[in-house]
Amino acid sequence: MFLFFIAITLGVTYWAARRSSGSTAYFAAGRNITGWQNGIAVAGDYMSAASFLGIAGIIAFQGYDGFMYSVGWLVAYLTVLLVVAEPLRNAGKYTMADVLAYRLRPRPVRAMASLSTLTVSTFYMIAQMVGAGSLVALLLKGSGIGFNTAVAGVGILMVAYVVFGGMLATTWVQIIKAILLIAGTILLSVLVMAHFDFSLGSFFDAIAHVQSGGKEVNFLEPGLRYKPPYGAIDLISLGLALIFGTAGLPHILVRFYTVPDAKTARISVVWAMFIIGAFYIMTTFLGFGAATILGGDFIKTHGGINMSAPLLAQRLAGDIFFAFISSIAFATILAVVAGLTISASTSFAHDFYTNVIHHGREHRPGEEVRVARITAFVVGAVSIAIAILLGPGFNVAFLVGLAFAVAASANLPVIVFSIFWKRFNTSGAIWGLAAGLLSSLALIVVSPAIMGLDQTHLIHSMPWFPLENPGIVSIPIGFIGAWIGTLLGNEPESEEKFAEMEVRANTGLGAEKAAAH
Amino acid sequence: MLTRPVPPQNPPTTDWQRIEQMAEFRQLIAAKRRFIVPACLFFCSYYFALPLLVGWAPELMRTRVIGPVNVAYLFALSQFFMAWIVALLYVRAANGFDRMVKSILERLK
Repeated sequence: MFLFFIAITLGVTYWAARRSSGSTAYFAAGRNITGWQNGIAVAGDYMSAASFLGIAGIIAFQGYDGFMYSVGWLVAYLTVLLVVAEPLRNAGKYTMADVLAYRLRPRPVRAMASLSTLTVSTFYMIAQMVGAGSLVALLLKGSGIGFNTAVAGVGILMVAYVVFGGMLATTWVQIIKAILLIAGTILLSVLVMAHFDFSLGSFFDAIAHVQSGGKEVNFLEPGLRYKPPYGAIDLISLGLALIFGTAGLPHILVRFYTVPDAKTARISVVWAMFIIGAFYIMTTFLGFGAATILGGDFIKTHGGINMSAPLLAQRLAGDIFFAFISSIAFATILAVVAGLTISASTSFAHDFYTNVIHHGREHRPGEEVRVARITAFVVGAVSIAIAILLGPGFNVAFLVGLAFAVAASANLPVIVFSIFWKRFNTSGAIWGLAAGLLSSLALIVVSPAIMGLDQTHLIHSMPWFPLENPGIVSIPIGFIGAWIGTLLGNEPESEEKFAEMEVRANTGLGAEKAAAH
Repeated sequence: MLTRPVPPQNPPTTDWQRIEQMAEFRQLIAAKRRFIVPACLFFCSYYFALPLLVGWAPELMRTRVIGPVNVAYLFALSQFFMAWIVALLYVRAANGFDRMVKSILERLK
């Protein structure tokens, strides 16, 4: 089952690799993807291991507080829809930095933007690798393959897909996987309901009386994860990271360049919102189902928090269904890693290599694509190493929350200012990107996730910063950095070009068109 | 009052400043702002009300409505519908923006 799926996706990759030639094809799928196709692909990019494995796991262990995670994940799409999707599609070419480079001095801006894109992608990827490692280690239990070997093997396989396939391949793998993922989730939800004789009443009764650690706990009540004194602030911090971070995620933004125009970009976001929303509501059933049917103690001893959904499938419908759900989860991780690798390597090749080092000219045709492939390997290797260092105990949804915080602090302030603020200039962009990036990274390192007194933490010390998610502090720092930087600089060229930016962003005049086939 | 000269046919470089000053373009920007700013304020307030209430009005959130289902759960669930409704309203408004853009582009020809 598992091998069968890998064979199919490799087939798609091979097919796409033969069809795609040239930069627009590799980086933006020829801008020929339609609205609903892109919607499914966006949803697919978003419904990563974090959603399927992570949110189900967090709900299985911490009930309602985990549900609040998924709410933010959907509402965040309103920021994407209302504020960034259309202007970006109209003004950009392949990456976020293209939009910034319109008005600002391109070289420093592109260098900084590609640095932050690489950081966000790496964070996101670490989470996927942790998920993949736990999953494969569970699947191959008894064969002697541990978490570390699994992470390394899976990582190498995944990066290989991207390196040979490009954006068209990842878009199609993403679409196929999204449909399978939704089918699997519906099936599993139905099985959970069948367990409760299709009675919502007895299901919710069970959720309100979960046996956990010898006590009876009401999983519908908030407060199981986020406890006083900092719980509520931490939740708001997470909320800020999600609401402002989604619109700064490079692998989501890059999807808007694969469609013919801004209207299609808009339609695809709406498609994605309905798919994602429905999916998250069902994830609740999986998480609560795992909490009531399996119980946290069982999950902990049989594969860990991230394995709640696959273990639930095994309990309800046996080993074959378990293999099916696991291969969907694996494909999910694979497709998301592919999307991430693409956006990271696109950014590096297009922004840093071509535009910063070689002043916007390709020396030899195809060089940009080659550099992108090399970057894909490097980013993959770094994430594999960090994932092994962190180990399987981290919840993947939580890890992804950190990627959102970095994106919200570094990328969003400069995107918003460059679209809406006439006075904004190069020094503002550099300051904003640097302040957001450094403050969010520093706060993560000194947070309770990394620092702690027991053996599971990387640094043995009392955490210096009380919140798990740095958003509430680092996002304002990003905005203030961009604002102060702007006031310090003086760049009349940028203000003059604001008119061009505003007209392009709002009318689509001069926007990149679809490639003729 | 002087009438403005007719712009040359297909100017080699687009005169962005002139388009930006056009009355129709200003109307488009104003119309977008009229929808997007209140919509963003609304969805942010609605969304952040959830963690705020969970943090500072836990008793209210624990109030049971139907069986064991409480206010907290229903409020979280309502967020999904809120997001969908705002998205659909935006699509409707954006169709209007598209028409305004079209008429601006027609005038430029």
